Amino acid sequence: MAEVTQLIHQYLRHNKKFPLVFCPGCGIGIVLGSLVRSVHALGIPKDDMAVVAGIGCSGRIAAYVDFNTVHATHGRALTLSTGIKMASPHLRVLTVMGDGDALSIGGNHLIHAARRNIGVTALVVNNFIYGMTGGQCSPTTPFGSYTHTSPQGQMEKSFDVVEMARAAGANGVYRGTVFHAKALDGLLQRAMSRPGFNLVEVLTPCFTQYGRGNKFRSPVEMFQWLKDHVVPREVYDKLDDKAGKIPMGIFVENDEPGLEQRHAAMRQALADKGGAGS
Amino acid sequence: MSAMQRKKRTEAFLLGNEAVAEGALLAGCSFYAGYPITPSTEIMEVMARRLPHVENGVFLQMEDEIASAGAIIGASLAGRKVMTATSGPGFSLMQEQIGYACMTETPLVIVNVMRGGSSTGLPTSPGQGDVQQARWGAHGDHPIIVFSAADVRECLEMTITAFNYAEKYRTPVILLLDEITAHTREKIEIPRPGEFEVLSRLLPTMPPEWYKPYEETVRGVPPMPPIGTGYRFHVTGLTHDPLGFPTSRPDEVKAVTERMFRKIDRFFHDIQIVDHDQTEDADTLVIAYGSVARSARLAVRQAREAGVKAGLLSLKTLFPFPRPHVEKLLRTCKLVLVPEMNMGQISREVKRVNCGITTIRTINRVDGQIITPSQILKEIA
Repeated sequence: MAEVTQLIHQYLRHNKKFPLVFCPGCGIGIVLGSLVRSVHALGIPKDDMAVVAGIGCSGRIAAYVDFNTVHATHGRALTLSTGIKMASPHLRVLTVMGDGDALSIGGNHLIHAARRNIGVTALVVNNFIYGMTGGQCSPTTPFGSYTHTSPQGQMEKSFDVVEMARAAGANGVYRGTVFHAKALDGLLQRAMSRPGFNLVEVLTPCFTQYGRGNKFRSPVEMFQWLKDHVVPREVYDKLDDKAGKIPMGIFVENDEPGLEQRHAAMRQALADKGGAGS
Repeated sequence: MSAMQRKKRTEAFLLGNEAVAEGALLAGCSFYAGYPITPSTEIMEVMARRLPHVENGVFLQMEDEIASAGAIIGASLAGRKVMTATSGPGFSLMQEQIGYACMTETPLVIVNVMRGGSSTGLPTSPGQGDVQQARWGAHGDHPIIVFSAADVRECLEMTITAFNYAEKYRTPVILLLDEITAHTREKIEIPRPGEFEVLSRLLPTMPPEWYKPYEETVRGVPPMPPIGTGYRFHVTGLTHDPLGFPTSRPDEVKAVTERMFRKIDRFFHDIQIVDHDQTEDADTLVIAYGSVARSARLAVRQAREAGVKAGLLSLKTLFPFPRPHVEKLLRTCKLVLVPEMNMGQISREVKRVNCGITTIRTINRVDGQIITPSQILKEIA
């Protein structure tokens, strides 16, 4: 307990208007906790951390943590992160996005950040719905789920964030949940300590906007659902019946240099040649 | 380019677009992110060749204009002098990010080489149809500075000025060119570093715990440290308090919005850059900008030769609109002509200032063709 209090004092902003904006039963507070614990465990100085967030519930994380924080426009968090990282490669850039943010309006930026292998850790907080906007469907809303804009049940298939990041060429791809908080800490630390573009998808319940409309009786039931349906990747691979199960863990780990490293090497090579520009 | 070469090369035969890139590098730009679009592309291509030779210089070709604007905002927050260049359709895509930069008071230079027509329009023909978009393209109330350039030398000078004003006032600055100016090749003198003023944003001198990123100061422009240097502050497009945290308290909302405007209002006269050409005794005044100002210059000279007292007010600052200069001349001139390659976007401002003082006539051309000196001369005589 004493350790928790210490972390709160060290990493959260005292001049920020608490309490948090998040609803009771929301998992984003757990994501916030995991973020703080991971930075602490990795021993990153606060001045070397930049947290860039998009719009929506998860985007509000940025205001509470005592780092260099940027609350960007909807869907564009990765574009600002790209500028920050390329301009100041010594910064550790963590980009927090929701599912709508990262995959809908920001879908193009996500695949290109992965392709470019920019040295940013993308934390995609996936609660399957537009929470702050009031419960409309998102690109990850499960097929058949009910939302305010899919009152007859979602007709479209949902994105698999992990498969998309893998296909786009991300250096590291991970999935965790807020129910498995300890494992999430490990995945996030792993992602943050590696070169290039690393993406962590975090599954989290939104009881207020998603759960109530989809026959979950309480936030606890949604956590129970995560516990029952999400299994470690090693277990998932051996399952005979994979229907309804979601694997979590490490999906991709490559060690290619980040774009900022490639640029630095290119500049160095030019300088070694005498630096004669055209 | 090494220092040796730069010393030798005091003259160059450049396109307007190339002069913009040259000006940006002289002003200290070390970060460019963009997306190719005609007729602005040469700016990007020069930056791609040159920036890797600049210390820590970064050039990025992004996936679209929205990403380009986002990347330069990020780099500017990290302390760089940044630029992007685009043309009409790309400029429209950038507007949300430009609004964000206004709200977060992030210095940026955005060059828009205007092409003809609305929508995809005339990609390789000139137009001046983005004047009001440059002022009002982003949603909501926001101040912004908009410059233009008429020839290749001005392209270089106004780019340096755009960087200086972006840094000085912590705001995005838009530089509007038209396709003719961008694609005209002229011999110009390249100034040596040190021959012109280069401004950088004000850095905080107080200890980090005292720093407030959006505080009212004597100049109205709060200092801005690069992120990652010990000043940990929050940046958001939401209406924020002096510490940068979101607020909806009416008194705080009012204060931040009004200060944003006040920092430009207070230095209104500093931002009015115009060129007077024989306006002292003019009866007939032409108000023009961009390549049209060059046509007007010749028309005015020819009119003088024919005995007509004509003069030219060439606008380099388009917004905030140089009202004091215009208003004074409206009182002394019998006829004011406003030729432009759109349906009347600056003449609208002139008429707003005029309020019936004198006669205003517009010359509008939207067929993708240049406004010629003879076309203007015909209206003067």
